[in-house]
Amino acid sequence: MSQKEINLLEDFEQKIKDDVKIEPKNWMPEKYRKTHIRQISQHAHSEIVGMLPEGNWVSRAPTLRRKVALLAKVQDEAGHGLYLYSAAETLGITRDELFEQLHSGKAKYSSIFNYPTVTWADIGAIGWLVDGAAIINQVMLTNTSYGPYARAMVRICKEESFHQRQGYEIMMTLCNGTEEQKEMAQDALNRWWWPSMMMFGPTDAESTHTAQSMEWKLKRKTNDELRQMFVDQTKPQADLIGLTIPDKDLKWNEERGKHDFGEIDWEEFWQVVKGHGPCNKERIAARVKAYDEGKWVRDAAMAYAEKQAQKEAATQPISKTA
Amino acid sequence: MKENLIKYILGIADNSLILGQRLSELCGHGPSLETDIALTNISLDLLGQTRSYFQYAAKLKGENTTEDDLAFLRKERQYLNALLVEQPNGDFAHTIVRQFLFDGFHLLFLEQLRTCADTQLAAIAEKSIKEVKYHFRFSSEWVKRLGDGTEESHEKMQVAINDLWIFTNELFLMTDAETAMHREGIGVDLESLRADYQEQISEIVEEATLQIPETKYWQKGGKQGIHSEQMGYILADMQYMQRAYPNMQW
Ligand SMILES: [Fe+2]
Ligand SMILES: [Fe+2]
Repeated sequence: MSQKEINLLEDFEQKIKDDVKIEPKNWMPEKYRKTHIRQISQHAHSEIVGMLPEGNWVSRAPTLRRKVALLAKVQDEAGHGLYLYSAAETLGITRDELFEQLHSGKAKYSSIFNYPTVTWADIGAIGWLVDGAAIINQVMLTNTSYGPYARAMVRICKEESFHQRQGYEIMMTLCNGTEEQKEMAQDALNRWWWPSMMMFGPTDAESTHTAQSMEWKLKRKTNDELRQMFVDQTKPQADLIGLTIPDKDLKWNEERGKHDFGEIDWEEFWQVVKGHGPCNKERIAARVKAYDEGKWVRDAAMAYAEKQAQKEAATQPISKTA
Repeated sequence: MKENLIKYILGIADNSLILGQRLSELCGHGPSLETDIALTNISLDLLGQTRSYFQYAAKLKGENTTEDDLAFLRKERQYLNALLVEQPNGDFAHTIVRQFLFDGFHLLFLEQLRTCADTQLAAIAEKSIKEVKYHFRFSSEWVKRLGDGTEESHEKMQVAINDLWIFTNELFLMTDAETAMHREGIGVDLESLRADYQEQISEIVEEATLQIPETKYWQKGGKQGIHSEQMGYILADMQYMQRAYPNMQW
């Protein structure tokens, strides 16, 4: 390492220590860049793949009010994807390259979206649990060290908490409805609970690169700490609307001041992560289809823009001072 | 008078509802994130307009009618939208051309409706115009971009115009309810919009290096409740929850 590089690295580390944001133009270690491209794009992919299971119910939403709210929510997720892809692009990778990684399976996205939405109540459960879990993960990122990512997270978190309330409100309405509706809500909770718990990732003992992430403020709490927060936050919400979390080991631990809870089925977790969940294939196929079928549209837009630019250049008066 | 007014409002609302529904099917599947977001915006605007019209019609109907009764619980023959808006999304060229051909009409229509004698309808029109101006600008720009983009896009756009142009004439045919409402100083004189529509649409189509096809034969029926075979599936989808779980709060 040259003296110049050593100085740059020291300057970089000082910034991280002082809580000064790293900006795209600043020097950064290659590993920092790579890790951030991976994490931010993974996050972006989760937003846009996440549009699919919920989009599945837009055309069948039970009322106009719900249809509009769901459509707006799914659109918010597209917006989140857009901010995040833009943030990733500041690290020197193109959106097309990022899509390529998603489509080839090289890049991951949140496994939760590989589960099917089979009833309307799933839309409530996703908002309540999945957006709820996402907020817990993401709030800590509003303070992360990479400037564009941190700023994207601030905007995103505001909308996620709105989604969470909206989802919970759908569940509450179902629970105040007929017996059939209440059953629908309970069934959705039964199916979405464990996958939501898995959203926080492997247990701390199994988790790689946590120390580095802590240093760069990509993480402030461990997976298990975050999972605990999720359980403690969600249990009283379930009680309030009369739903039962499907975990017989879930109970308040007076001593710890926290809930104890049961073991996650890690086999299922890894199966879905590795691409063998109920909808992995459909999700990627849907993204690839949209991308491939959109190619001629993107090409045409590019060709048109070039033609317009040429026309403009041709009509531009010749500058006298040139 | 009241019957005709309700029918008149439903006709307007159904165009927005069915086109909004069609566009909402695309959410998450657009050719780029930007177009996905833009089309969803248009869908949201149209569904918002639909709600305003239905809430008004429901009030006129009385008997505790709700906007959702009107949206979800009519039979296929009772929906009064034009055939154009129920056409399938097809490829992006069809989606854009359908939008463009409707937006051009929609804007002219609302500009007249804004001055109508019914203050509620005039107010909804006033509010909707701002949105529809944006829709028309968006779809016109895409018509130009794709018409004058690549050879492939040009070809696809010409196919879409050829396929969809035959549905435009129906937009200007007056139903009995429309004629009656026009006499009351409420309904728009559709025939009077025709010339402006032709001019505006032709101008953009020409700029896009595309052509409006010569046609002697037009399709109609939607405004009388006689729909294409597409419509039943749109409704099966849209009405599913209300039909499977009647009389519940959501
Ligand atoms: Fe999101
Ligand atoms: Fe969200």
